[in-house]
Amino acid sequence: MVTAVNAFTNPFPTSLPARAPSSTDSSGEQLAPTHRNQWKRLAAGLAIGAPLVLGGCNFYPTYGASRGATTQGQDTFKLYSGMMTTGIIIGGFVGLLILFTVVRYRRNSDAMPKQFHENIPMEIVYTGIPVLVVAFLFLFTVLTENNVDATVANNARISTTGTPVLQVKVTAFQWGWRFDYPNNNVSVSGEVTNGPGGLGPQMVLPVGETVQILLVSNDVIHGFYVRDFNFSRYALPGVENRFDLNIVNPGLYPGQCTQICGLYHSEMLFTVKGVTPSEFRTWTVGQIATGHILGRNPLPSTDVPPPYTHVTPSSALAVPSSKKGSL
Amino acid sequence: MRINGLILSVIGIFFGIIAIFYWFTAYEEAGFLMLLGSAVLGLLPGGYYLWWSSRMRPLEGDLPEATMAEGAGVIDAFPGSSIWPFLLGMAALFAALTFIFGLWLAPIAAALGLSAVVGGVMESRRGGTV
Amino acid sequence: MTTTIEPPELIEPEQPGGPAGHGPDSHGHESEHAEHGPSGLLKWLTSTDHKVIGKSYMITSLVTFFISGAMALVIRAQLSNPTSSLVNFQTYNELFTMHGSLMLYLFAGPFAFGGLANYIVPLQVGAPDMAYPRLNALSYWLYLGGTSMMTLGFVVAGGAASFGWVAYAPLSNSINSPGAGTDMWLMSLGLTGFSAIFTGVNLVATIFYLRAPGMTMFRVPIFSWNMLVTGLLILIAFPVLFGAVVMLFCDRHFGTHIYSVQGGGVPVLWQHLFWFFGHPEVYILALPYFGIVTDIIPVFSRKPLFGYRGMVFATLSIAALSTGVWAHHMFTTGVVLLPFFSLLSYLIAVPTGIKFFNWIGTMWGGQLSFQTPMLFSIGFLFAFLMGGVTGVLLASPPVDFMTHDTYFVVAHFHQVLIGTTVFAGFAGFYFWYPKMFGRMLSERLGKIHFWLLFIGFWVTFLPQYVVGLKGMPRRVADYLTSNGWTGLNQLSTVGAMIIGFSFLFFLVNLVTSWRKPVPAGDNPWDGGALEWFTSSPPPHHNFTHLPPIRSERPVWDYNHPEHRKDEGHGEKRHREHEEKVGANS
Repeated sequence: MVTAVNAFTNPFPTSLPARAPSSTDSSGEQLAPTHRNQWKRLAAGLAIGAPLVLGGCNFYPTYGASRGATTQGQDTFKLYSGMMTTGIIIGGFVGLLILFTVVRYRRNSDAMPKQFHENIPMEIVYTGIPVLVVAFLFLFTVLTENNVDATVANNARISTTGTPVLQVKVTAFQWGWRFDYPNNNVSVSGEVTNGPGGLGPQMVLPVGETVQILLVSNDVIHGFYVRDFNFSRYALPGVENRFDLNIVNPGLYPGQCTQICGLYHSEMLFTVKGVTPSEFRTWTVGQIATGHILGRNPLPSTDVPPPYTHVTPSSALAVPSSKKGSL
Repeated sequence: MRINGLILSVIGIFFGIIAIFYWFTAYEEAGFLMLLGSAVLGLLPGGYYLWWSSRMRPLEGDLPEATMAEGAGVIDAFPGSSIWPFLLGMAALFAALTFIFGLWLAPIAAALGLSAVVGGVMESRRGGTV
Repeated sequence: MTTTIEPPELIEPEQPGGPAGHGPDSHGHESEHAEHGPSGLLKWLTSTDHKVIGKSYMITSLVTFFISGAMALVIRAQLSNPTSSLVNFQTYNELFTMHGSLMLYLFAGPFAFGGLANYIVPLQVGAPDMAYPRLNALSYWLYLGGTSMMTLGFVVAGGAASFGWVAYAPLSNSINSPGAGTDMWLMSLGLTGFSAIFTGVNLVATIFYLRAPGMTMFRVPIFSWNMLVTGLLILIAFPVLFGAVVMLFCDRHFGTHIYSVQGGGVPVLWQHLFWFFGHPEVYILALPYFGIVTDIIPVFSRKPLFGYRGMVFATLSIAALSTGVWAHHMFTTGVVLLPFFSLLSYLIAVPTGIKFFNWIGTMWGGQLSFQTPMLFSIGFLFAFLMGGVTGVLLASPPVDFMTHDTYFVVAHFHQVLIGTTVFAGFAGFYFWYPKMFGRMLSERLGKIHFWLLFIGFWVTFLPQYVVGLKGMPRRVADYLTSNGWTGLNQLSTVGAMIIGFSFLFFLVNLVTSWRKPVPAGDNPWDGGALEWFTSSPPPHHNFTHLPPIRSERPVWDYNHPEHRKDEGHGEKRHREHEEKVGANS
């Protein structure tokens, strides 16, 4: 069998003795396996320990995310930060290991390397340690998830103010949002980017209290997402999703639809405005006075196609940003 | 073939276990049915192989010490060139187009499909072309 | 267990035409056989040779890859500027839908199991062809029909499908997505789905039954092992997709209300069905590419694969677990059992980690040389490492709530998908091109391709993680200048252009290798698996003779008898047992 081109241009020496099967234990002892074991244990310890220690010291790097404007969001952020730290340590360790291997074992001679192919103790170690890491991550996930998804019952009372939990029914439709406050006879609605400052309709909520959102869709699946709350939930037709928000500080928190819902999906903006409870009461009075009450914001009919014209590739329906807000 | 049977059966049993767990804990039924289907998909051929492997003549590929001389002989029929797969594929294409663009395409799909099936079966009976 | 190496044995090539013995004379002169039969276009239309079908699949899927890549460049151009109106909203929605659909349904899978696996698996197991050659050909024609159908969605009234590659109900019903483009998309899934199912059947049958004498299951090369598991996953996943698509089609045209609330249906059911297919699908896409890298790294390390049985166990675990994690794509629906899916999703990280350590263990202590296939394999390792770690983050529901449907997820899946399908896929292409076409590809152009792709890849996707955490949702055609996302988007667009540019070098490489061929010979890389024992390209029915098969790299054992792999734990126990009870014959 003749090879016309051999990518390895140097012929290998043929003077090696023929190999007999090894009669000694050949579990493939390679360069300093215990040394590598130690590094592995260090990395595993760091991966599990660092987030715990950092968390205990209240040191959570943001890694680009929001620290959370709700208590639920803050819990989520801590979990995210811990997982990112773990991920960076483990990923960094493996990445550096690859880099080291690629540099250290560059071909520098024609000698044939030792043809080992297994090391059972090592394989057990690097199967077991990821299982431990994953078990830890799952434990923290469950603890955080219970906080994030906990909802008060409909008629629960809050101990501090004794008032019923504020419920806001959020209805997503193509392509806007409607916020109904059944307790207060207020309804705010807006579509595309028709709201204040071109940022869509605004949901005003009191801070420091538990607010329960009842989320539903009028037509297709939309995504209710507020970056600063570290939270999103689908608005499903025919199914009401409930979740609680405890906004910590007053502020303006932009939100957007995240689930593709048709033509103007990218224009379905809204904002959440956190205000003090007294400002909230003032606001509700003002809304009722200006006619933003329940029943005044009918939703589009779903029997007909959503209001856009069919677009063929040749016709242009570009909506420049200056014209946003007019369908 | 025993190991093939073992692999399929173990996977089937795994799906069965999580299917049962899912039935009692999840909020919907579709997932349970799909997991159950996957379990059956693993257990059916897996069980068959486990039962049949001890009764069948071992494949040469399964004998670690087999030599090429032992494996000599006719392996199987490998039909060389055949127009029937192309025609059957085009029949499927036209059947799909029928659903979209109207029943007038159906006769084309039917004609192609029928000829492909008949031709293919006849070809198999003859042992395939070279 | 004997370990002597025997001289190669000549076996008579099998006579095609079946037990009836039809065919030319029994001397088995291949050239005489090749002169019979059709020629030209008819030869291509009637060929059932797995090599011809594999090459057809690869060419078609690469064309699809470039079309879809061009769509991606338009998307990135649109997003580089917040006030851009390069394309209108409808076209933009069609572009990202078709980009995803073409890449996932029509390139990544077919290139792997229809293209490379079709060509290589029979060679690796020592078979003359796939188990069902005509079924194999049917798979290709269904694939070609499905590809044409999906792509032609652009020219029908109403445009192509525009609801994302996942087609969630109710957006995909007849009210919200009227028009033939959607129906063509659905039918295309039906056709290509069956193409995949038939290929899966072929793969499983070939690897179960057509292995050459001595090639036990644990001597099958890992690429073929992975294709076996991929075939099984295909059989689990694609029928579910077909059922879901048929039901959607009935909702659209025959008045059923399976997915619509008005008729008592459940829109989320589509998601359950789709993702029960969809998650195994991404492992159907990934496992072949893992197998490619697992075959390449030992060759360029001059060592056997580290932890062969661990790799087999890891592949089977990944496949089994992947079928139980589908609803981690649905965490934000609020209607799924979160801990179950979260735990199983976390567990998939364990076998993936085993694979990584085995790849590193293979390179450890070796003599690494960095030809283009090895460079691409190492690029895969880095790309998949980061993509995989961010995937573990997404297995946690609270973290998923904050990143779902943002660019964080887009960056994650592009890293894992490009890491596998592009880096590992092109590694396989560069690796097996000499075998398939008998000529070498230029190393210089290959290296330029790799480095530009690698740099462009990180420049494209690292900013997308950041902008996703800043709150940018996915599938948006524009955004506000006041968001502050512009700079990162522009950087990402520059990276995408670099990626596009890198492929020009690949195309030039192909053309140059054709016009100025450098003959490759049988085994240019000193590979170990059986495909390197036959000529480049292989003759009709693949082998004129075969070496003895006593390990997973029979050709290496044949060429380097003094450097067979060290006796391992299992072999040692077996040998001691044999010595105790007396040698078997």
